[in-house]
Amino acid sequence: MMYEISSASLVEWARWQFAMTAIYHYMFVPLTLGLAFLIAVMETAWVRTGKEEWLRTTKFWMKLFGINFAIGIATGLILEFQFGSNWSNYSWFVGDIFGAPLAIEGLLAFFLEATFVAVMFFGWHKVSRRFHLLSTWMVFVGANISALWILVANAWMQNPVGMEFNPLTARNEMDDFWAVLLSPTSINKFFHTVTSAYTLSACFVVGVSTWFILKKKQFEMARRSILLASVFGILSILATIFTGDTSAQDIAKTQPMKFAAMEGLNRGGRNMELTVFGVLTDKADAPTPRMKETTMTIGLPGMLSFLAYRDTDAYIPGIQDILDGYTSETGQVYPSTRQRMENGKKAINALKNYKQAVDAQDKQTAHAALGTLKAHYRDFGYGYLQSEYESIPNVPLVFYSFRIMVGLGFLFVALFVVSWWYARKRKFEKFRFIPYVAITCVPLAYVASQCGWIVAEVGRQPWVVQDLMPTSAAVTRIASHWVVTTFWMFAVLFTVLLIAELKIMFTQIKKEAQ
Amino acid sequence: MSLDILQHYWWILIALLGGILVFLLFVQGGQSLLYTIGKTPEEKDLLTNSLGRKWEFTFTTLVVFGGAFFASFPLFYSSSFGGAYIVWMLILFSFVVQAVSYEYRRKPNNFLGQRTYEIFLIINGIAAPLLIGAAVATFFTGSPFKLNEMMQVTWMTPWRGLDALFVPTNYFLAFAVFFLARTLGCLFFINTINHAGIHLRCIKQLRWNAALFVVTLLTFLGIILCSKGYGITTGGQIARIPYKYFHNLLQMPVNTFILLLGVVAVLYGIIKSLRHPQWRKGIWFTGAGSILAVFSLFILVGFNHTSFYPSTADLQSSLTIYNASSSHFTLEAMSYVSLIIPFVVAYIWYAWRALTRKPISPEELRDGGHHY
Repeated sequence: MMYEISSASLVEWARWQFAMTAIYHYMFVPLTLGLAFLIAVMETAWVRTGKEEWLRTTKFWMKLFGINFAIGIATGLILEFQFGSNWSNYSWFVGDIFGAPLAIEGLLAFFLEATFVAVMFFGWHKVSRRFHLLSTWMVFVGANISALWILVANAWMQNPVGMEFNPLTARNEMDDFWAVLLSPTSINKFFHTVTSAYTLSACFVVGVSTWFILKKKQFEMARRSILLASVFGILSILATIFTGDTSAQDIAKTQPMKFAAMEGLNRGGRNMELTVFGVLTDKADAPTPRMKETTMTIGLPGMLSFLAYRDTDAYIPGIQDILDGYTSETGQVYPSTRQRMENGKKAINALKNYKQAVDAQDKQTAHAALGTLKAHYRDFGYGYLQSEYESIPNVPLVFYSFRIMVGLGFLFVALFVVSWWYARKRKFEKFRFIPYVAITCVPLAYVASQCGWIVAEVGRQPWVVQDLMPTSAAVTRIASHWVVTTFWMFAVLFTVLLIAELKIMFTQIKKEAQ
Repeated sequence: MSLDILQHYWWILIALLGGILVFLLFVQGGQSLLYTIGKTPEEKDLLTNSLGRKWEFTFTTLVVFGGAFFASFPLFYSSSFGGAYIVWMLILFSFVVQAVSYEYRRKPNNFLGQRTYEIFLIINGIAAPLLIGAAVATFFTGSPFKLNEMMQVTWMTPWRGLDALFVPTNYFLAFAVFFLARTLGCLFFINTINHAGIHLRCIKQLRWNAALFVVTLLTFLGIILCSKGYGITTGGQIARIPYKYFHNLLQMPVNTFILLLGVVAVLYGIIKSLRHPQWRKGIWFTGAGSILAVFSLFILVGFNHTSFYPSTADLQSSLTIYNASSSHFTLEAMSYVSLIIPFVVAYIWYAWRALTRKPISPEELRDGGHHY
């Protein structure tokens, strides 16, 4: 029966598989998004000035782009089909809404990328300069449109809007396309994600270019690349910080438990402090090991309330407040989690009764059941939880990931300012430590990027669709050994391909230096 | 537009995508012939560079095919992908290894060696058409699944899709798709590569692959037209109906005409290529014919009150375009988006022509540009 939650090991393995493929996929996507832009700008410079140096610079970065692009495509394929293969209950429950952005992504973005990437690589002597340049820009546009639609789909899971539950088909159905596309969560998620991807790309270009300087090779190409990437990086990281702030405001309203986990906040209140640094430890008197105590705290008084609501006196609920029930800063009353679990169970039973009554053509019972379902549908997903503490995500993982991401973000601001000055003033001999810092920032950019996704995805647990469907109810009913088998199959394959990708990439960079 | 019209419209789009996907499997067919037609390193380079400029179209069409099914018929997406788990995972695995192989194959220090990437291409070239063919065959022969009141799938065997291999009829379509892919692969090489040795071997391969394709396809068609199909009765129930697909042929003459036109175009492209070896345009006739023929097979199994994904375990769990579709709102919203398709086709066509106007030659591979 669907009404029973599937076995934990199956859910855990399915989650591991999704996390593993998502992490691998997102190692390659951000570089594609941002490097495509930088390549397009470089090629534009070549077309406008006719300088061969720009052409050579374009072709070098394009080579690295191709190596990264291929494996990005390979890892992305699994993600799309995993919604159906591992999360089939989810696929039906929200497929009417979630499927549309995915299809639009394919139609609008993937064909654009696939068509023009071939022209970009093979069209140098087959199409005109201008058509080739247009193709390069189209690759950038295609990649970013692709990001838009998948992020719209993801944002909808975090903040489901623009739909109504149809009890006859037992699924959510879209009734407002624009609400799905233009919800604040979608807009924040898209801009925050793509600008952070641009930041990573800029770090990559600056890091690789400073390596050339360290090796005293390709000075002009490296300098040009650093200047361009630093400017792009400064603009991108500032936009990332701005959209990170607006995202946090949105999360405070739509996902208060995630917000509390990001801060490791057990008890909330007004004039709440933002924890800049802290260490989480087990709390002896905590009602659940999922709740931790923050020690060695360095904080900014009132800043958390201010960041969330632009008011230092705003109320921020902690984990225990959410479990107990609270009234939000906007005046919305939230019952206790236990009450919501009761409501959810009522909604699930009402749905079952409604379907049986419809089959038996018992209109009166159907009408009553429908009324109960509608009254409690907001808490539908809570009905699947066994304990109120299941609604708490992994606090340490979210807490530390958030701080690493934010800390690295500010480091990148400094990196881009310094690297721009370094290249502009040609301080290559005097400040030889700068290339080492820049090269170190390349893997750190990937760390920041992955931490961002951990905050977003681990922070929203246990929900696959916020408040409506927990991960445990979304999974395909399948013997877990099949999921374990495919997990290892893809884990080994992706690891091998990652090693191959890195070896090829490093070899190409070294080759250029020679 | 009514929901009924939208459901039919979206099935037409799915059928069209299915047809285009099968045509684009020429990439896989060509890959499966990599060592058969390519005898020297230079010949293998010519083959991979010829296919390498098109592989992303097949890959993208597969992704869009899955996405379009998810958006328009999500019950199929959740039932088939969640149910026939192993088959889909194997298909995906073969495409993952393909995706990197073109780019990494000849790159220095590529970790696995050139031969491994070529074997990846051959694995994808053989597995993908066979498994996709077998999966599509279950549209006619059925699969052992059951849906509960929440429309959630339970697969009734532990084989999770591998059970398709226990139905002999499925083999005929699987091999028909496989030999068609190889036939199209040969015709594509003839069209795009300027090399006498390759040309000669393509003609030789074309002969027996085309013959096997015709035999397996006709056998499959013969079996399904003479057997019981899965239809919707006047009472709205799913039932086994004798000669259902044959009746569909008679009751949908336009679709039958499209099928015949497709078959004629496929045969014309093959026969003329065999009789006039210097003629290079066979891929366009056989390719267009394949699209039409596959399109009409999808219509045959989806229209005229037919179940397009029948359940052999519980007839009433079978999927039709009526019970598996998205809501009226979503289908309508998606239909507006689909208006962009002609524009997409136009730019693909333009870019394709621009890249293949001149056949690839050994000289081109030596010019120092980007090559696989």
